[in-house]
Order: sequence, then structure tokens, then C-alpha cells
Amino acid sequence: MLKEILYYTWGAVVSFVLAFSVGITYMGLNRKVTARVQNRIGPPWYQNFLDVIKLGSKKTAIHHGVMHHLGPAFLMVSSVMSLLIIPILNNGRFYPNLNFHGDLIFLLYIMTFGPLGMALGAGQTGNPNSAIGVTRGLAQMAGFEIPWVMALVALMIQYKTTSIVDLMNIQAETGRWLMFSSPFAFIAAIMAMFGMFRYSPFDIVGAPSELASGPMSENGGKYLFTMMSSGSVFAFAKLTLYTDLFLGGADNLLVLVLKTFVLYMIPVLYGVVNPRYRTEQAVRWFWGWPSFFGLLAILQASFF
Amino acid sequence: MINDKESQKIVDIIQNFARKHSLWVLAYGTGCGAIEIPPTMTSRYDAERLGVRGAATPRQADVLLITGYLTTKTLKRVIRVYEQMQDPKYVIGFGSCTINGGMYFDSYNTIKALDRYLPVDVYINGCMPRPEAVLKGFAKLQELIQAGKADGSKKYKENLEWYRANQKEVIPVWRMPEFNW
Ligand code: SF4
Repeated sequence: MLKEILYYTWGAVVSFVLAFSVGITYMGLNRKVTARVQNRIGPPWYQNFLDVIKLGSKKTAIHHGVMHHLGPAFLMVSSVMSLLIIPILNNGRFYPNLNFHGDLIFLLYIMTFGPLGMALGAGQTGNPNSAIGVTRGLAQMAGFEIPWVMALVALMIQYKTTSIVDLMNIQAETGRWLMFSSPFAFIAAIMAMFGMFRYSPFDIVGAPSELASGPMSENGGKYLFTMMSSGSVFAFAKLTLYTDLFLGGADNLLVLVLKTFVLYMIPVLYGVVNPRYRTEQAVRWFWGWPSFFGLLAILQASFF
Repeated sequence: MINDKESQKIVDIIQNFARKHSLWVLAYGTGCGAIEIPPTMTSRYDAERLGVRGAATPRQADVLLITGYLTTKTLKRVIRVYEQMQDPKYVIGFGSCTINGGMYFDSYNTIKALDRYLPVDVYINGCMPRPEAVLKGFAKLQELIQAGKADGSKKYKENLEWYRANQKEVIPVWRMPEFNW
């Protein structure tokens, strides 16, 4: 019993450290790629590590009340919880995570928990930019959640399971990635990913020059540190989930990093060549083609 | 073991290294010199490769870049902004106007020496300084941070009364909290 608890705790710590470092590196690479596209040299790939250390070693950080103090913590909790129920490698090897039947549905809830907690915290700062950012964020969430849920429901109907591990096992048994056996769900999910990552053209929440970075405009020092690290953990968790669901999981860390990096480059490269949408344009975009593909995926799952 | 002097030194070196290479700048475009900031940040001079990057709000910023002359009216806002920034924070005075008034030396409505109102860590002279000079200024600030000598905010806290007296001399209507950090 005790041994098992220790084993799982160890797994949680290892996956957290892995997700943190890989996620932060990806964010740094994102800045590098953006810079190269803009014909600049750009910061070194480890720039975001330095930023995080600097934010963590700020001497003061003021807050405007209990909810504001807890907001970044909610974000962190949501990121770590989603990381812990997403299997990192095939067959639960090396990183034991807490999967159970129905975790796909649980994941749908827990992934929206962090942003909601953050919204409460941003409301307490009394900063008008934060309030506008929060309303925009919720509107965007209403946009991309629809194709995303449709894609997941299609998978659940087609394979009659709500467990991520079962879906991974199906891919391992048939030898076909779900990306090919349910292509419409894959397309809808990828399009929903643009909204989840909030890179341009969907960076309407934290628009730096328009909203002064929105919900985080009053967060400095350690609060921003928590938000940045939770963002990188969450990015890795989401990419791993996509790899698990559609790209057949990964047998070792190298394959995992390769697959997640390819997935990550989709929103990044789409983002660097696009200006920012307005809120209603973004929502309309998500309720257009992505939802259509989601509907096709559900039809395909129920009738074929 | 954690709190002794030797390990503190190592922590300081790591922290100063990170601070030095990650300067988030709040470019407060007070004067005409602000027009040199966009070329410094974009492809030609690319300040981001040195870790210099724009910050959206005072809470997230490390460096307050005061670009040029300050009227007494903007000085009030600048003080407010400076006090909202989180420690450790640095100020760069940009252009001759912040040093001795520059070509506004006899103006009735601008302040002459920024150092009397806010603790300045680095000055960049020139009217207006070219982007090369701005980058040189950032390099100088990085040197000071690495050596642990960029302690303007400490000076400000210790000599707060002196700074406040100077500030109140030129700001007739002081409707601000006495401390707002
Ligand atoms: S130093 Fe020259 S360029 Fe800069 S604000 Fe003063 S007058 Fe303008």
C-alpha cells in the first residue's frame, strides 16, 4: 500500500518536472519561431526559463484580496490535475498516472476549472482590462468548446468507451491511429486547439496592447510566475492528450516530444502569419467549419 | 546550510543572471525620443535577442524607460507607475532631457533633472539617442544588475522623504496615496 502511494507520488513528480521543462522550452521555441518569421534573430531557446526564474525571484508581489491571491493557484491545480490523468506513455510505463474509466469526461470539466478560477481572481482586482479580458475569454471558450466536445463525443460513440487508456489500446491493437479512422473528429479537435492555445489570431484574451494583457494585468512577480509555469504544464498536458487520442500515443519520450512538437507547431505557425480576430469573429469562426466537422464526426461515428 | 552567506551568494548569482537576461520594459512614451523604441524592438535592432521585451502593465515590468522630457503633469503619472512596479525595478533615463532638461532647459512646465524625482540607474544621452545607444544603455544596465549595483529602488525607499519633498514641490495638486506599492 505504502509502496504504491510512493510509486504514484514519484510518478506525479516526474511527470510534473517533465511537463514543466518541455512546456517552457516549447514556449521559448515559439518565441524563436515568431522572431525568425519576422526576420529577427530572436531570444535564445531557454529565454523562458530565465523569465520564469526572474519572476520567481521578484522580491514583492502585491495582491488585491483572497480570490486574487488564489486565482493563479486555481490555474495551477487545474493544469496539474489534467496532467495527472492523462497517460504520458503507452501502457502506463515509467510514469504511472491516475487514469480511471470515464476520465475523458472528467477531463472536459477539469480543463475549464482553471480559467474559471482565474476569472474570479481577475474580477477581484477591479481592473477594467481584466474584466473585459475575462468576458472575452468566456466567449472564446463557448466558441471552441463546442467542436472540441463534439470531437470527443464522436470518439466515445464510435469506440463505446470514455477512457483514454482504452482508446490508446484500441489504436495499439488495430495498428491504426484514430487520426485516420476518425478523420473528422481529428480535424474538429485540431481546429479547437487554436482556441485553446490562445495564440493569434485567437489571442483576444490577453491582447497586450489592446487590453494590457487582460486577466493577468494586475499579476506581477510570483503570481505571474505561477501562471507562466501552469501555462507551460497545461500546454504539455494538452499536447500529450492529443497525441494519446489521435496519434497513437508514444512508446518512449523521444517519440512523445517529436509528436507533441509537430502538433504544437500547428497553432504557432498558423498564428505568426495572422492578425488578431475580434471576439465575435473568433466565436463565429469556431461555430463555422470546426463545428461542421464535429457534426460530420458524430454522424460518421453513429452510422458507419 | 540554506541561510548561510555562501549559499546566498550562489543564489544571488543565479537570480542576478536571470534578472539581467530578462528585462521587461515599460516604455513610457513621454517625449519625442519614444520614436526610437519601435526600431529598437523590431527586426533591424531586435532587442529581444538580449532578453529585452515589452511589458503590458507596470505590475509585470522590471524597467521603466522614460523617453525624454517630462512635463509636471506626466511626472505625477510616472511616479504612480513607478510605485506600482514590483521590486527589483530599474529606471532608464533616455535622452538629454532627463539629464539636464536638454533643449527644454528654460521651459516653465517640464522638470529638468529626473534624478531629483525618481532614482535613475542608467542614463542614455543624445537628442535623440540612436537604437545603438539604447542597446548600449541596456547592456550597461545588465552589467550593473550582474554586479548587484542597480539598487535604485532601495535608494528610493531609503530617501523617500527627500524624493517626496521634491515631487511635491513641482506637483501642486497631490491627490494620490502617500504610499502605493
Ligand atoms: S532629449 Fe531631445 S529627442 Fe529626447 S525628448 Fe528631449 S528634445 Fe526630444
